[in-house]
Amino acid sequence: FFNEQARLQTTEDEDEDVADPIDDREIFDILSVSINDPEHPLSLEELNVVEQVRVRVDDQENTVGVEFTPTIPHCSMATLIGLSIKVKLLRSLPERFKIDVHITPGTHTSEDAVNKQLADKERVAAALENSQLLEVVNQCLISNARTS
Amino acid sequence: MKDTLALLQKFNAHPDSRCWYVAWNPKGTLLASCGGDRAIRIWGREGDSWECKTVLQDGHQRAVRKVAWSPCGNYLASASFDATTCIWKKKNDDFECLTVLEGHENEVKCVAWAPSGNLLATCSRDKSVWIWEVDEEDEYECVSVVNSHTQDVKHVVWHPTQELLASCSYDNNVCVYKEEDDDWECRATLEGHTSTVWGLTFDPSGQRLASCSDDRTVKIWKECQPGGGQGTDTAWKCVCTLSGFHGRTVYDIAWCPLTGALATACGDDGVRVFKEDETADPDQPVFSLSAHVPKAHSQDVNCIAWNPKEAGLLVSCSDNGEIAVWNYQSEV
Repeated sequence: FFNEQARLQTTEDEDEDVADPIDDREIFDILSVSINDPEHPLSLEELNVVEQVRVRVDDQENTVGVEFTPTIPHCSMATLIGLSIKVKLLRSLPERFKIDVHITPGTHTSEDAVNKQLADKERVAAALENSQLLEVVNQCLISNARTS
Repeated sequence: MKDTLALLQKFNAHPDSRCWYVAWNPKGTLLASCGGDRAIRIWGREGDSWECKTVLQDGHQRAVRKVAWSPCGNYLASASFDATTCIWKKKNDDFECLTVLEGHENEVKCVAWAPSGNLLATCSRDKSVWIWEVDEEDEYECVSVVNSHTQDVKHVVWHPTQELLASCSYDNNVCVYKEEDDDWECRATLEGHTSTVWGLTFDPSGQRLASCSDDRTVKIWKECQPGGGQGTDTAWKCVCTLSGFHGRTVYDIAWCPLTGALATACGDDGVRVFKEDETADPDQPVFSLSAHVPKAHSQDVNCIAWNPKEAGLLVSCSDNGEIAVWNYQSEV
């Protein structure tokens, strides 16, 4: 497996006083480092579950859209993976962001149903109050040290 | 637009949590709010500001999703993700938990009192709508369980004058219920929205119903008499769709009983008020955007409610835990 090239630092990046707008790469980095597929020991990036091209950030409009590709088309863990992505972003990003998580179109048999669940904030809120589910999500989000 | 929507006050109602819902008491003097912190708060006006009078913290084990005042103003019902509905009795500034209604299999999404005060409706993610009767001794009994939706039921609302109930759902439909032989039944299914329907409100006369949805539209429905003969089923037609106004999910909608203005709460952080054009055909109403505050809150607006006694007084609440009080003025 090949990891993405480490990001090159620009002089602006190194300047502490310049506010960093949030961009696609940053979202991808947030997700890739710390989410595990519950059924596989490798990170989601290493499994090609989350691809960089599928992250769309609009820092001005305060929107983040993530499309993820489940490992297999009828993967029963798709909702859980999607939920973990959503939770990770909710915890990492400023409150102003609207976060939309979808399955990459055409890559899952129940993508409409899964997408609808992930978009329903009432369902998501209620699910996250379930301590057992929250524990599983937190397990998915444990950082794994990146080997370079 | 000469009409205005001015912010009167904004305050944090549920610290570090989201405020899910806010409701005026029938006299319009108190506000009840509830949130993800599992608390219910009662707010009263002190001069120009709102003060928290009471905090009800231990009534529920999970988030409280909605609260509703009884028509007499002496009782408060709260619907929670813990699958219960709590009935509180008001004693001066305090509230005492009278009873806990159990039965739903999972989160209760809404509770609503019928205008008569004798009936209560609840709905849940378990796809059902329950109707409860209250007797003179404050005893509650479930009289009907209706399973007309195929998915979570998000909201229930009673008709302002008739014993008629409406519900809306994750299944994209609205259902209308009437009592027949001591049993409540679904008499009409209103299809048209292309995603979850989150909120419902009747117009002041009860002749029309407005719904709001994740499909970013608002629909106005009118009951029409089906042609030929006296059927027991009613038919409702969509007579107007407001699209292109909302940037994201419309979570709540409220029709002002005093002025007829229609307000919406949206996931794009905005609050909007629509006014009906006077000259339009009643079977083809036309609504225009009268006032709009794009960043009413810094996060999603979950609820919007008109004061029942003071025209133009409007309240909203948000995922950021805040409640905002607005004054809507319309140039007639």
